[in-house]
Amino acid sequence: MSNLLTGAIPKIVRVVPRNRNIEALLLLFAVGLNAFELAQIQLSLLEVLNADFFLYWLPPAVLAFVIHVILRNRASEADPMILPIALVLNGLGLSMIYRLDLGSIANGGTELFGMKQVIWTVIAMAFAAAVIIYVPSHLFLRRYVYVSMFIGIALLLAPSLPLIGRSINGARLWIGIGPFTFQPGELAKIALTVFFAGYLVTRRESLALTGRKVLGLRIPRARELGPILVIWAASLLVLVLQRDLGTSLLYFGLFIVLVYVATGRSIYVIVGMTMFITGALVASRIMDYVSGRFDSWLNPFDSKNYDAVGGSYQLAQGIFGLAHGNLLGTGLGGGIPHLVPLAESDFIIASLGEELGLVGMFAILGLYLLFVARGLRIGFIHPDDFSKLLATGLSFVIALQCFIVIGGVTRVVPLTGLTTPLLAAGGSSLLANWIIVGVLLRVSDSIGAGEKVIGGGR
Amino acid sequence: MNRELKRVSFVIFAMFLSLFVATTGIQIIGADAYSQDQHNVRSAYDSYKTQRGAILVDGQPIVESVKTDDIYRYQRVYKDEMYSAVTGFFSLYQGSTGLESAMGSYLTGKNSSQFFEQISALLSGNPVQGASVELTIDPVVQKAAWDALGSKKGAVVAIDPKTGNILAMVSKPGFDANLLAVHLGEESNANYKALLEDKDGPLLNRAANELYAPGSVFKVIMATAAVESGQYTKDSTFPNPTKFQLPGTNVYVQNSGEGKCGGKGTVSIADAVRLSCNVPMAQLGIALGQDRIRAQAELFGFGKKVKYPMTSTASIYPSNMDDAQTGLSAFGQYDDRTNPLQMAMVSAAIANQGVLMKPNLVENVLSSNLSVLAQPQPEIFSQPMSQATAQSVKEMMIGAVSRGVSGNARIQDVLVAGKTGTAQNGKGQPYTLWFTGFAPADNPQVAVAVVIADGGGQGQGGVGNSLAAPVARKVMEAVLRK
Repeated sequence: MSNLLTGAIPKIVRVVPRNRNIEALLLLFAVGLNAFELAQIQLSLLEVLNADFFLYWLPPAVLAFVIHVILRNRASEADPMILPIALVLNGLGLSMIYRLDLGSIANGGTELFGMKQVIWTVIAMAFAAAVIIYVPSHLFLRRYVYVSMFIGIALLLAPSLPLIGRSINGARLWIGIGPFTFQPGELAKIALTVFFAGYLVTRRESLALTGRKVLGLRIPRARELGPILVIWAASLLVLVLQRDLGTSLLYFGLFIVLVYVATGRSIYVIVGMTMFITGALVASRIMDYVSGRFDSWLNPFDSKNYDAVGGSYQLAQGIFGLAHGNLLGTGLGGGIPHLVPLAESDFIIASLGEELGLVGMFAILGLYLLFVARGLRIGFIHPDDFSKLLATGLSFVIALQCFIVIGGVTRVVPLTGLTTPLLAAGGSSLLANWIIVGVLLRVSDSIGAGEKVIGGGR
Repeated sequence: MNRELKRVSFVIFAMFLSLFVATTGIQIIGADAYSQDQHNVRSAYDSYKTQRGAILVDGQPIVESVKTDDIYRYQRVYKDEMYSAVTGFFSLYQGSTGLESAMGSYLTGKNSSQFFEQISALLSGNPVQGASVELTIDPVVQKAAWDALGSKKGAVVAIDPKTGNILAMVSKPGFDANLLAVHLGEESNANYKALLEDKDGPLLNRAANELYAPGSVFKVIMATAAVESGQYTKDSTFPNPTKFQLPGTNVYVQNSGEGKCGGKGTVSIADAVRLSCNVPMAQLGIALGQDRIRAQAELFGFGKKVKYPMTSTASIYPSNMDDAQTGLSAFGQYDDRTNPLQMAMVSAAIANQGVLMKPNLVENVLSSNLSVLAQPQPEIFSQPMSQATAQSVKEMMIGAVSRGVSGNARIQDVLVAGKTGTAQNGKGQPYTLWFTGFAPADNPQVAVAVVIADGGGQGQGGVGNSLAAPVARKVMEAVLRK
């Protein structure tokens, strides 16, 4: 019996990384789901499974588990749902793009997006992993607040520069070097969120408490109002120079929400929204393309708009596609999504809605909502104000982008040129959204760390 | 901060809620409307993926989809050109017409009555098969009408007056719908262009969708209006001059023989119908007034599109006329316009003791597992006249065939009621030739209307009795199996 008594009782009980185990389970499910989608597509369109299956299935699956292992070692308390949701959405988008490629090949098309998207997925997920590895803590980014501002503004305005700026489909949102194009605005949203969060953490007191009271409302001083005016002007500048209502709405909405969360003053929301709506209305009067977009939005089935160049053809076709999907959809590979222009990027949600039906649309919207909710949860419970604002901003940017894009396709708002996060074909968008995934994972790991940075709070 | 965050969460939730609502609106609530939008080509693509249902006449397919090896998997095959006005065409590139369009939702298996089939198809993975549509057409009658028209441009409609079932519907020249159903776009487009540019108009459905001046067949409607008004009987008389000056003009109306209508000083309405005289009809028209005539014509279906289930073009009785124009309209000239389907309906109503049955082409619709999805029942369209009026007008029409100028419709041992028409279309233009009637007059089994366009190739040489009445006779004989 002495053996038992002398046997050493381990002093350090290894903490079971419960979050990571949940994540592993969810990842297995996500990987299985993606395999199922690809198999269905191949069986439906090729009637046989071939090696391409692994080409589309393995890279994201392997990288997701690589990130999972990195998290186990370096951020074991990170949120367990963010990575699996991102993987499901990225995989679903990849499957749909592959499916559209197969449809395009059958119809004699040569412009394929699938392999590019796989490569960008690998690059983007590698960046997410890099963020987790090289951003050592949630406070790291706060050191680069003003650097972020410069990077953000530079990225935002880069497409307007001569030589490297490119216009695609009427919006000047790209930079191009040789055959490579990139949409820097996608990365700008991260840089600007970092800047907004950092700026507001230091200024929230003065923004909230100074100013004269008029009719019960505290009017901020000009000094505090200044940055808001600058952002407003920059958003309108984006609208004018880059011809895209969606992008300018995205940045302005992000800023207003963060100011509101930081200061608790609804006056900023009221003033901000009034300014934006005024600006947009004036722009719609002055600029033809904005008023054209509005008319197409309200009357997409009018032959006048339908037949016009840059009119409502795409929107109407997208709606026909969604309607074709009905409740249960045609099944992956069963529909004809390629009738919609840009079915693989701007209108991928219509392609998915056609083949997966309302049920699939609800599932996708539900996944986004869950993703955003996990991000907001970080904002709710994180003890550090900078991290709170950062997580809120990044989640809100995803939510607003979903709303603007999917709302554009479903006619809730006028159609603009943003991409559906994680689903749509396009490297810049994937890269930016996976970096957001990385940052959210990193920040969520530090919730329990108990560090608190002075900067006021309530 | 968390209070604000909570509010932001609500805003985000509201944004997503609006997306949930909007998608439901498009994918469920608006889905049917969007699928029928003229710009939507998905239905056409779709219908090539499942086996489209057949169209049957007397149990035999006149149109069916057969398996092919190309990506569309099925080829639509049209068996006989004589049905082209009925079936229309179904083309990937030109859309669809005729029954292919009107019964499209059944033929593709998309009709809501096939909901359970659609569900089971979804579960089993086998696509829904289209339902087949059996027609009321009698192939013998259809063939008789097609052959009787020969090479003349025109149309025939034969209706069972008791049920409204359409026994024959022919429009000549027809077209070969197989030319448009080819899967090769260039070929289909070229064939379509050739058919469109053909000056004989093979794509027109002259039976229901082209309008012609009715000429003297309109006198049947006039006789009905007169008797139905209560002010006249078939024996009411009018003065019988050789010509009649239209009020307020220098224009004279003459009878077709340029003489009197019969030998007497006055002429009855019955004789005006029997001998097809214009002078008494012009007087009757002015006396009755355009409103009463229009009301009668509209009871017969003028001014209405009829769904049978294809959609006819509405016949026209003009409005806002002066007395001179009313006088001309009374014998089917001026701006009166109609089609054979409408005129067959007029005869059918008289044959059926004043009750007009709704015309119908569809006997039943059978799903692929042979369950009945639809079986249209006889339906009353209107009651344009009393039974007594119907009897009176019938007698006038019997007179026109047995003792009058519509004699070429006579059938051995069968009492035929009918009326011919020879409509003028302006100076030097060929006549439009008509016959409408029914047989046997004492127990009507068929009401028929025949139109022959462009003078039947004889310019102003032919009349309704010489060209249209024999066609009608052959169609009625086919029904009576004589």
